[in-house]
Amino acid sequence: MNPFLAAALFIILAPVVGVLITGLDRILTARMQGRVGPPVLQPWYDIRKLFQKKQVAVWGAQSFFIFCYLIFIIFTGALFFAGGDILLVIFAFTLGHVFLVLGAYVSYSPYAHIGAERELIQLMAVEPMIIIVAIGLYQVNDSFLVGDMINHPGLPILLLPGVFLGFIYILTFKLRKSPFDLATSHHAHQELVKGSTTEFSGFTLGMIELAHIYELVVMLGFIWLFFGNNLFLSAVAIVVIMVLEILVDNCTSRVRWQDAITSAWFVTLVAGAGNIFALSIM
Amino acid sequence: MELLIFLILFPLLIAGLLAVIQAEHVRRAVVISGAVLVGIASLVALAFSVTSQAVFYSVPVNNIGILVFIGDILISGYIIFVSLKARQYVVTGITVIQLILLCAVEYLALTNHAHIPELFSDQLSGIMSAIIGVIGGLICVYALGYMREYHAEHPDRPDTRPRFFGIMFLFLSAMFGIIFSNNLLWLFFFWEITTLCSYLLIRYPNTDEAIKNAFRALLFNLIGGACIPIAFLVILLTGESELIGLHELVSAGPGLALIPAGLIAVAGLAKSAQFPFSSWLVGAMVAPTPVSALLHSSTMVKAGVYIIARFAPVFEGELIGILIALIGGITFLAASAIAISQSNAKKVLAYSTIANLGLIVACCGVGTAEGLWAAILLIIFHAIAKSLLFLSVGTVEHQIHSRNIEDMSGLVTKMPRITMMILIGIAGMFLAPFGMLISKWASLHAFVESVPPFGILLVIIIAYGSGITAFFWAKWMGKLIAVGEPQQKDESHIPGSEKSILYILSALTIVVCFGFPVISWYLIEPWLLTMYQSVTELISLSNIEIMFMMLFLVLIMPFSLARFTRSATRVPRYLCGIPESETMVFTGSCGIKREIELSNYYLDTIFCEKRISRISVGIGIFLIVLILNIIIVGGGL
Repeated sequence: MNPFLAAALFIILAPVVGVLITGLDRILTARMQGRVGPPVLQPWYDIRKLFQKKQVAVWGAQSFFIFCYLIFIIFTGALFFAGGDILLVIFAFTLGHVFLVLGAYVSYSPYAHIGAERELIQLMAVEPMIIIVAIGLYQVNDSFLVGDMINHPGLPILLLPGVFLGFIYILTFKLRKSPFDLATSHHAHQELVKGSTTEFSGFTLGMIELAHIYELVVMLGFIWLFFGNNLFLSAVAIVVIMVLEILVDNCTSRVRWQDAITSAWFVTLVAGAGNIFALSIM
Repeated sequence: MELLIFLILFPLLIAGLLAVIQAEHVRRAVVISGAVLVGIASLVALAFSVTSQAVFYSVPVNNIGILVFIGDILISGYIIFVSLKARQYVVTGITVIQLILLCAVEYLALTNHAHIPELFSDQLSGIMSAIIGVIGGLICVYALGYMREYHAEHPDRPDTRPRFFGIMFLFLSAMFGIIFSNNLLWLFFFWEITTLCSYLLIRYPNTDEAIKNAFRALLFNLIGGACIPIAFLVILLTGESELIGLHELVSAGPGLALIPAGLIAVAGLAKSAQFPFSSWLVGAMVAPTPVSALLHSSTMVKAGVYIIARFAPVFEGELIGILIALIGGITFLAASAIAISQSNAKKVLAYSTIANLGLIVACCGVGTAEGLWAAILLIIFHAIAKSLLFLSVGTVEHQIHSRNIEDMSGLVTKMPRITMMILIGIAGMFLAPFGMLISKWASLHAFVESVPPFGILLVIIIAYGSGITAFFWAKWMGKLIAVGEPQQKDESHIPGSEKSILYILSALTIVVCFGFPVISWYLIEPWLLTMYQSVTELISLSNIEIMFMMLFLVLIMPFSLARFTRSATRVPRYLCGIPESETMVFTGSCGIKREIELSNYYLDTIFCEKRISRISVGIGIFLIVLILNIIIVGGGL
């Protein structure tokens, strides 16, 4: 597909797909907890309402950083779906998150501050594994381009089981799901109130929600890469993994940051690094 | 190519002048005009290197080799003198050993004479000369204002500024000497001058700590430096005396060059502060900030990575190269981890320098064309961004009388311009689309294909280090922009010369970020082509396009800033209590008024400085000894 068309399709369609997935996530979560849950389109109603609200903030610069965050997440996603260099995608992703963290710092609110610190810890916990995913996919495809990876005729996951497991592990961080929702969670009744997003409201919060939805689609796109050109299998894998993540989210409690980072690094080393090391010896 | 002679001798002349000038305004005029001339000359050297092939130049003076040897003896004599006086007998011992080795080398070199051009210049020399001339010159000018304030702040310390500025320019002269030397005996002579200069500059405050750290720097650099005469002995004893020329040695290929190159690289590791030698560079921050900036950005440590980069083609695919790369990789990881636990801004900068040098060494040790490409870009970006950071932190330190990052909270309202420049510097160090990221990207590309499975080992190390670097830089940025109570804007006390230097360096950071493809096409790729004969397309056009798009995105951001800052209604922050108007005080339970105070995470239970450095010094010593063992065994065979 034409890379520009793919990027444009991502920018338009990702919110739709993302909203649907998030909506289904909320319904499934509710069912697991014995509730009925909101309508599927509830995430969309939420964002629409946020965008209509009056703009209030501690400092105006907050929304500037969040705007940068949103732009970079969209850009990264577009780069990914246009078939760009996966390492560049990862680094741009990190840059986007740094903007989110800076936005949280600006307010000088205790809750947002600790949230920002934890957001950085999460970033640090996740980064090695994501880079290793890129390297593993390179070893299988002999190219760093996402465009080449999706045309892989076989199943890269067969060569990258450890990398895949490691990626699933850190996906929990990325989806902000328990037990690794340290910085901010979907629920405000936690020790940090809403953590890094405490001081955001209205339009700004809407941008964050939108960015999360784009991010979700990109992260699920990474799963796709493990299945090459086998669209059916990757769709099944995405559904299974999402259900698994929701299940884990509902039956675990948040861990301390020490446990989060050490366990993530340990899994990265054992499953991910071990896997790519083995591949390079073979 | 009289330009090379000019670049070596002219700073020397300025140094001599400065050492005798006592009047401050005269010194000012000399430093500024000297720095400008050196900067222009170094840019001319850069421009020449773009258009031409490597140029060789024999100095038309008879018996100049003897003069260099006498210079070596004088340096050693001085070091022996000061070390005996300070009862640093280990330093004395090593200097004596070095001197004996050097006499043996001279004896062999005199009986077994090969004529090789003493000086040369190619694209890498051109790049290095621009870095030394422009950034070094800027730092010298910055030091004018800084040192005046420094002595106003520390009246107890002896004011020997004439000597100080003299040494700064001597340092530049020696650096030009290193990068233009083809004769390795010359290179060693200039190498020793930089060691001596760094010693003198570090002990400038003349406190007990400064003297102790200065001797440590001297000791470590001498230990490393002692490997160079051994390398000469190896070269001369194998009978190929023309290999004493740098260019000849590199072209000779790994078969002949590997052992001398490995030995010289060990000296480079010491000079570029890799584990196990790194502690001298951390200790060096007792010196005034311009000294740190000079040591960290354009001189000293860059001499270390320069020489390793020179020998990189020899290391390609060799075990010694891999071990050097591993030392670099481990240094990158460990120094970044230690930087997390530091709240002293200069210490964070010091450790991040060590980490970045580690990355450069790793790229050179791998020795592929891609690795070397990344290494040279890193050298350029790091030199500019790091000097900008050191100098801005120096300026901030004089204003707020603290170099603690915690005290820089909300600095953006007090000194918006300086803060902006620190932010540009930090962004240049780790953020997309700025330089360091391009280099990280390139080094990952380089490692993944090189010498399996060691390349993957390096990739894993970089993967961990990458997240760690993001952590300590981002929390520093956060501290700068986190505004509790807006402070009175106050930038008027900053000397004009300091401010203008910071502006120039910020502009340079941005220009280099925009211009890196140009640097790559006209300087680095032609150089790599001569080194490796064939070079694959290092950075494909599409990637450059993407990077430009990202750069563009970052540039349009400031305009949206203006829009957003105006539109919001201000509300007090959420404090889980009753906020007292809009200040930082809230009424908590039982009606007690509390003030909020925020501090960053330093995670020192995980990233404990002592533990991490002990472990990595251990690994470093093991790897260095392993390299030396391989050299001994390889030499015996």
